[in-house]
Amino acid sequence: MTAIVEVNELERVFGANRAVDGMTFHVEPGEVFGLLGPNGAGKTTTVRLLNGILPPSSGSVRVFGLDPASEGQRVRQQTGVLTETPALYERLSAYENLAFFATLAGIPESALKSRALEMLAFFGLQDRAQDKVETYSKGMKQRLALARALIHKPPLLFLDEPTSGLDPEAAQHVNGLIADLGRQNGQTILLATHNLLEAQRLCDRVAVMNKGRILAMGSLKELARKLWPVTWVDITFWQAPAENVTGSLKTHRGVKAVTGQGEAWQVQVEGEDVIPQVVQHLAAQGASILKVNPRDYTLEDIYFALQAGEK
Amino acid sequence: MNWRSIWAIAQKDLKEVRQNKIAWGPAVVVPLIFAIVMPILITVLPQVIPVEDVERELGDMDMLLRNLPPSLAAIFDGKSLEQMFVIYMTGFMLAPMFLIMPLMFSTVVGSDSFVGERERKTMEALLYAPTSDMELFLGKTLAAVIPAILLSWLSYLVYIIVVNIASYPLFGNIWFPLATWWPLMFWLTPALAVLGISATVLISSRVKTFMEAYQLSASLVVLVLGLVVGQATGVLFLGVGTVMVIGVLVWILDVALIYLSVNRFNRSALIAKL
Repeated sequence: MTAIVEVNELERVFGANRAVDGMTFHVEPGEVFGLLGPNGAGKTTTVRLLNGILPPSSGSVRVFGLDPASEGQRVRQQTGVLTETPALYERLSAYENLAFFATLAGIPESALKSRALEMLAFFGLQDRAQDKVETYSKGMKQRLALARALIHKPPLLFLDEPTSGLDPEAAQHVNGLIADLGRQNGQTILLATHNLLEAQRLCDRVAVMNKGRILAMGSLKELARKLWPVTWVDITFWQAPAENVTGSLKTHRGVKAVTGQGEAWQVQVEGEDVIPQVVQHLAAQGASILKVNPRDYTLEDIYFALQAGEK
Repeated sequence: MNWRSIWAIAQKDLKEVRQNKIAWGPAVVVPLIFAIVMPILITVLPQVIPVEDVERELGDMDMLLRNLPPSLAAIFDGKSLEQMFVIYMTGFMLAPMFLIMPLMFSTVVGSDSFVGERERKTMEALLYAPTSDMELFLGKTLAAVIPAILLSWLSYLVYIIVVNIASYPLFGNIWFPLATWWPLMFWLTPALAVLGISATVLISSRVKTFMEAYQLSASLVVLVLGLVVGQATGVLFLGVGTVMVIGVLVWILDVALIYLSVNRFNRSALIAKL
């Protein structure tokens, strides 16, 4: 499958500051790809470079096979961008905002009204369509900004901190809409965020960034495996197993360590594929297993481990 | 070039500026003063105060007329003192004041459009729209220039009607506008509207707020005040030839400023200012 976004050794320098420093990544069609990093990591600059708003200092970028620096207008016809602040015309109504951007996107006059109303309805704003945006809550503004980014049905959507400044309820609502776009509509999304929970919930793959560089990239599982090649499994027994079971387990292939006592054990294994063998071995030894729980690493664990390594 | 996008940007900017009372307040008050209040005062006063007072007040009128170029002096031939006063004031002295309008209208809308958009943090979304830099530039420029010219012409029209009605008892016929006013309206006014917006675009890259941009670009009014002083001191009179020459100079300045503005107006420069 041809990648929608291909970035190679991308650099963007502002004076002495390397905002983007040798980034290489790609985004597949239908994928939700996260750029994850602290403020100033270079996420927003990357979004600008990919849309032809800024030219790169060096390296290459292709979006739909086009060079955004020289064919920015054609790239932007196929992308929608939700900026960090909603950037809406507050003195105009929600409908006027959408109709304006729909015109710029080339939606014909005959389809413009129905398209704008369809988007307002999808984002639950149809009742307030003619109200000035300055009367909207933050969450409503963010939904309207998302509607604006999608007004021309772009195959690629950029979301820059989509829930920044929203209360938990509004953030959950916006995240739900994004999840629907990604999973139900098969929309390709590039999500730039420092919100780890949001990224974990929404992204298929993430690139963890700091100071313009990608520290690691992959799915949650891939990143966890890279960082922690061994897996811990918590095993709970109905009754404490006999003494000799511990010794026999320690010698089992793929088992690195066994700790704990009584009904609660912690077993370190080389990979998740070893876990069924461990369970079989224990059952064969007559142990009554109540619960087997391989420890999951969250994106938060991964993120902070990577950022700590960087420091 | 996508003209539908260009008009959409221009219309959107005008809708926005209509909501900015600080921007359009002076733009309404100034034409009211120059197109209605001033001509009524100037034409009615000589008709209601005694002739002796007019003669005393206008004692220097003869000397003033002696300094006029022959082509302009002919306009005053055979006129009464009151008529001379009205022609001199409404036909010549107020003329440069009307040049403030295209400058003011275009700098008000231009400041709101180029700097106000950045100040209100709406510029970034616009930069992500699938338009070219030139379409953005033209949309925003037309939003300032076209209304500036049309509103100036409307002010001229009101002024022509008011001057003729108010001075009818004195002249008994329709005598205004003088020949000078045609190049003033159709040659110099568009040139000044373009000067206002091109200067605003250049200034916009160096300021942060609408008010800063408006105040700086409005300082172009000094050029117009130069013409007022020129006429009052008898150094320069706005005859047809003079207006044509001034127009040529302003258009040359326009071309140079537009060239600079277009070269500096690009997405990467604009995003760097956000």
